[in-house]
Amino acid sequence: MTVTDPAHATGKAIPLIQAVQAINWNRIQDDKDVEVWNRLVNNFWLPEKIPLSNDVQSWNTLTPAEQQLTMRVFTGLTLLDTIQGTVGAISLIPDAITSHEEAVYTNIAFMESVHAKSYSSIFSTLASTPEIDDAFRWSTENVNLQKKAQIVLDYYTGDDPLKRKVASTLLESFLFYSGFYLPMYWSSRAKLTNTADMIRLIIRDEAVHGYYIGYKFQKGLEGASDERRQEIKDYTFNLLFELYDNEVQYTQDLYDGVGLTEDVKKFLHYNANKALMNLGYEPMFPKDVTDVNPAILSALSPNADENHDFFSGSGSSYVIGKAETTEDEDWDF
Amino acid sequence: MTHLIYFSSVSGNTARFVEKLGVPAERIPLFPSDEPLHARDPFVLVLPTYGGGEGRGAVPKQVIRFLNDEGNRSLIRGVIATGNTNFGEGYCLAGDIVADKCRVPLLYRVEVFGTPDDVSAVQDGLDQFWTQQSTTSR
Repeated sequence: MTVTDPAHATGKAIPLIQAVQAINWNRIQDDKDVEVWNRLVNNFWLPEKIPLSNDVQSWNTLTPAEQQLTMRVFTGLTLLDTIQGTVGAISLIPDAITSHEEAVYTNIAFMESVHAKSYSSIFSTLASTPEIDDAFRWSTENVNLQKKAQIVLDYYTGDDPLKRKVASTLLESFLFYSGFYLPMYWSSRAKLTNTADMIRLIIRDEAVHGYYIGYKFQKGLEGASDERRQEIKDYTFNLLFELYDNEVQYTQDLYDGVGLTEDVKKFLHYNANKALMNLGYEPMFPKDVTDVNPAILSALSPNADENHDFFSGSGSSYVIGKAETTEDEDWDF
Repeated sequence: MTHLIYFSSVSGNTARFVEKLGVPAERIPLFPSDEPLHARDPFVLVLPTYGGGEGRGAVPKQVIRFLNDEGNRSLIRGVIATGNTNFGEGYCLAGDIVADKCRVPLLYRVEVFGTPDDVSAVQDGLDQFWTQQSTTSR
């Protein structure tokens, strides 16, 4: 496949929805639409709220090569968020089963644009204009980055609604993670911690997006014939393999110089499994290649530590946790 | 003998995990109009975490309603939570909240609907846990 041919992407138009009905939020066909809408609204944030300038000192402790890597990773993420905001989430609207689902996609699309913009906030806080321009130039010239954008764009402009949802879920739940790894890595070394806080907000949003689009995919598959199910399953795994191969090369491009490639790959496997599960498929990568570096996992989630569990930790050291900040008024005790 | 009570929303991830465990399980009903579930025997609760929102709303309302019933609450022995590490501090938070409120251990955390390794870890863990329970409580 040729990758940087611009006519390739623009050759097919994305269909717009044909008819619109006034959306009635007082008559709900799928409770999941309201639940996810509310979650997305509760999670809403803007980059201006994050004190990124507190990272300037930390940024200056990185070597020039580390700074360049970080800039490149973030322009790569900017490209994916731009695709998802401008094309991906929008392309799902015509296939929506309910009008509330359409509204959720518009929320997802807007939030992706917020994510894309938030990287620019990082750039303007930490780097000079020539450095920023260099990084954006790199993003248009890097073959593997352009290829992953192209693969996904091709499916968004294709005519199969379920395949669009698969591509979208793989983007939300898998393709971002070669990039997300790096701010988690810096955070685990107490570097760029405010930037990492912002990335965690993005990661949280992507989880809801991947969950929701994956759920709608499974709903769409419910009435399908066995042949159709097999076709979609084969397509999903083929696309995942295609994206994975490219992702490994992209990862090598970026991370070989700092010796982190193998560590990043484990993070990719771990997230590929979760992307498959969001689509309702069994995880594919076995335990011995998904054992993400514990420092990265705990930068992602401080609770992910196995010792928090009674079964997996040593039972004797287990203490009942305290979750005080989370009173819900519905509890009677 | 292990007995599970679980809640799962229409997306069904928690239900799917429970099915894979292959042990007797009852589902907390989805809708307020459904007949409420009354536990009769000691059980381990399996529940999903609703992520985000600074932890508010992490425990599904249906589970809160179920546990507000003192009879049900008196029979809970442990919790297993499903969730996603993408929610950071909110990962499987519903499990922490229920464990804390009911003074029972959080036994295990599972992402989405769990890997085959999670299934075998929980099957083994539950067997051991239940054996301990029956020797210490009676």
